[in-house]
This record gives sequence, C-alpha cells and structure tokens, in this order.
Amino acid sequence: MAKFTDKNSYTILFAVIMVLVVGSLLAGVAQGLRGKISENERFEKQQNILYAMGVDDNEGTGSVTFIPTKEVEATFHKYIKKQLVIQGNEATEDENAYLIDIKKEEAHASDDPNYKRKLPLFIGEKDGMTYYIIPMRGKGLWDAIWGYVSLDKDFVVEGVFFDHKGETPGLGANIKERFFMDDFKGEQIMNGDAFEGITVAKGNNDPLNERKDDQKVDALAGATITGNGVTAMIKKDVAQYIPYLEKLKNEQ
Amino acid sequence: MGLLSKKDSRLILDPLADNNPITIQVLGICSALAITAQLKASIVMAVSVMVVLGVGNVVISLLRNVIPGKIRIIAQLIIVAALVIIVDQVLKAFAYELSKQLSVFIGLIITNCIIMGRFEAFALANKPWRSFLDGIGNAAGYGLILIIVGFFRELLGSGTLLGFKVLGDPIAKTGLYALGYENNGFMLLSPMALIVIGIIIWVQRSRNKELIEE
Repeated sequence: MAKFTDKNSYTILFAVIMVLVVGSLLAGVAQGLRGKISENERFEKQQNILYAMGVDDNEGTGSVTFIPTKEVEATFHKYIKKQLVIQGNEATEDENAYLIDIKKEEAHASDDPNYKRKLPLFIGEKDGMTYYIIPMRGKGLWDAIWGYVSLDKDFVVEGVFFDHKGETPGLGANIKERFFMDDFKGEQIMNGDAFEGITVAKGNNDPLNERKDDQKVDALAGATITGNGVTAMIKKDVAQYIPYLEKLKNEQ
Repeated sequence: MGLLSKKDSRLILDPLADNNPITIQVLGICSALAITAQLKASIVMAVSVMVVLGVGNVVISLLRNVIPGKIRIIAQLIIVAALVIIVDQVLKAFAYELSKQLSVFIGLIITNCIIMGRFEAFALANKPWRSFLDGIGNAAGYGLILIIVGFFRELLGSGTLLGFKVLGDPIAKTGLYALGYENNGFMLLSPMALIVIGIIIWVQRSRNKELIEE
C-alpha cells in the first residue's frame, strides 16, 4: 500500500513548506539578535585597537588577554584621544571612525579610480606617549586576515594585533599568538627615508628578534603564505598613511 | 528515577556507559579531539549538542509521519542546520568570546554523526518523549566523555580548570610549580585527546568484558 507521503506532489509541497518555515524562523532569530551581536563586534574592535597600543590585561608572556568587554567602552575613550578619517589630503575627526568598514572602502576605491578612500587613523595616548594606530586588512592562505599596528612618531612599531577568519589552526592561525605579535614591537618600518614596512621573513637568522632595524621578523614555520599575507598587508595598508604621518611629523 | 519508567530511564543511562556514542560507537570523535583543550569549551559544546539533539529529536519525532521518505535525510539536515544556526547566533549574542573560540566547531555540530545517527535510528521510529530522552541521553554520553577529556587536558596541559590556576602559578613558581612541576604542552595538542579517549575506552572495556568485540 502506497503511503500518502510517497507521492511526488506531497514531497514537493513538504519541501516548499519546510523551507519557508525554517527560513522565516532563522530570519526572525537573526533579526532579533542582530543588535546584540553587532554590539559585541564593536567591543571587539575597541579591544583590538587598544591591544595594538599596549592597553590589555596580559599577564606574563603566554596568552592574549583583552580589556574585559564590560570596561572596554570607557577604556577606549580614555586612551584614544582622536579618531581621524583621512581622505586625500584632508583629515577630519570622526568619533565613529573605528566602525568604518575597510573591506568596503577598499572595494569602492578599486571599483572607482576617482574615489578617495576613507582611511581611519586612531591617535592614542598612554603615559605621555602618542600612538598612531592604523587598521589593516589583507589576504591569508584561506581567507581574510586583518589587524592593527600602532606606531610612534618616529615610525617605530609599538604593538600589533592580528586576527584571521580561517587560517590553519596551529600554523597560520598562530599570527594571533603572543609569540608572533610581540616580535613586531620595536621594529622600524622606514628604511632611511623610504617606507619599507615589515617583512615576515624565513631564514632571518634572528629567532630572538634582536635586530630591530632590519624591517624583518621571524616567520612562522609551516605558515609561509599566511606570513606573506601579513607582509603584503602591512606594505599595502600602512603605506597609504605615510604621507599623512610625515606631514604630522614635520608640523611638530 | 521515580519519574521515568525502567525502559525510559535506560534511554538516558545506556548511552552514558555501555552504549556510549564516543567510546563504544566511536562517533563524534572529530569534535572530541578538536575542542577539548579547555574544560569550558568542552562544557559549552556538550550543552550545545544536547540542545540541538534534544530539540532535533523531538522535532523529527513529531514530523515522523509526515516527512516524505524520499527526502527524509535532507529534511533532517535542514532541521539540524536550523537548530545549529540558532545556537550559533545565541552564542554570538550572549557569549561572544566563547563563540570565537569555538568558531567553526559550532557549525560542525551539523556534521556530528551522533546527531544524524539518532535522528535516523531513533527519532524517526519513536514518540516525541522517548525521542527526547534518547537525544538527551546520547548527548549526555557524548558530553560526559568531552568533559572528562577536557578536564585532564586543561589540568595537565595548562595547570588550570575553567581558567582557575589550581596547581599554582607557573610564572611566579608557586604551588606545585615551586617543586619543579611543569605543564605538559603536549596535552594541548589533539593527539593527546585521542590518547585520553583511548585510555577511557581501555578502562571501560577492562571493567566490562562484554563490551570487547571479537
């Protein structure tokens, strides 16, 4: 005896109804939680920016510990004195500059050659020192990588933060570990007067990273392409800020 | 268990021991290796799987007479995928850091063989209440192993439990570390999870000889 559920028309009807029900359920959940999720993402950005300028809860040398989510908003406003948006030769203050979507700006600029891309720059102050924090975005092996680098007025790196969407766990994913990020501290990004960035180099012969003026840090074993992605990301994104930072330096 | 009949309570208790999904049926090993470096992640994964499997089993069981046989696997997949997305969104909203840590593994609940296995083997043929108990039981069996493995890996690998430094401070050299004890970094790598699960399987089978296959 054929059951009614075996009929083709029933099967199609069932599939259609199920997809509609499940689809609207998921849309409803996503809509309902969106505010909360985007707030979490905003806090994460603030945590990352603060981390790059050395405001964190790290203990010892082991793991990355951010300022707790509850305090991050206040801490962010305490340390980040100015948020600028650089567009062409102009810089305007914008207290939501940290929310600018770099991916969209980059895409917009490459689609439209006349468009002057918005470059957010964060100016932080800690213990009397000024930090210039630059956001970056690039490609790793599998997916996007991004991060922040903080420079002092002499173009020396004061700290970095990297993150990634889908690098290989244990290999490329280690760019967000202390032992990789801490190596960048103290590196000079200028070679003489020319911008050179920092290269994640294999065969650097400097595993303890004692040479700080060579524009190189030691690569991660087994993560060549992710490392090259970090190098390219720093070269590409930090370079766009150099004219403005040099102008600032000359004005002082 | 006064609430449950003997037959019903077996649905919960069997998967905890003699029919454990991980150690006896050898299902769900991938996530057991991947996320057990910390006890907290193990507990969250166990709870998430329990929610997905418990609710999923009930939904499948309610629909068991109307799901067309030809597309039942796809129907099961859609239901489990929807539940997993909901769990993922809820974690992102209320436990953001944890959800970053579990990242892809929450999505991978979909591929956890235990879930599709219970849908197919139990929920399609049983009433909702029994299916619910079966789902909770199997998820508890899975979670139990995850928590045992997570406990040993975090304790021996990082010297902490749920983030608390139970063995002292490795940098300031207090507690056990003052005596020269060192954390075993190898415990944090997935191969050690496999070895821990192997030890559990060994202990379990040596206590109950009936479980040993020919």
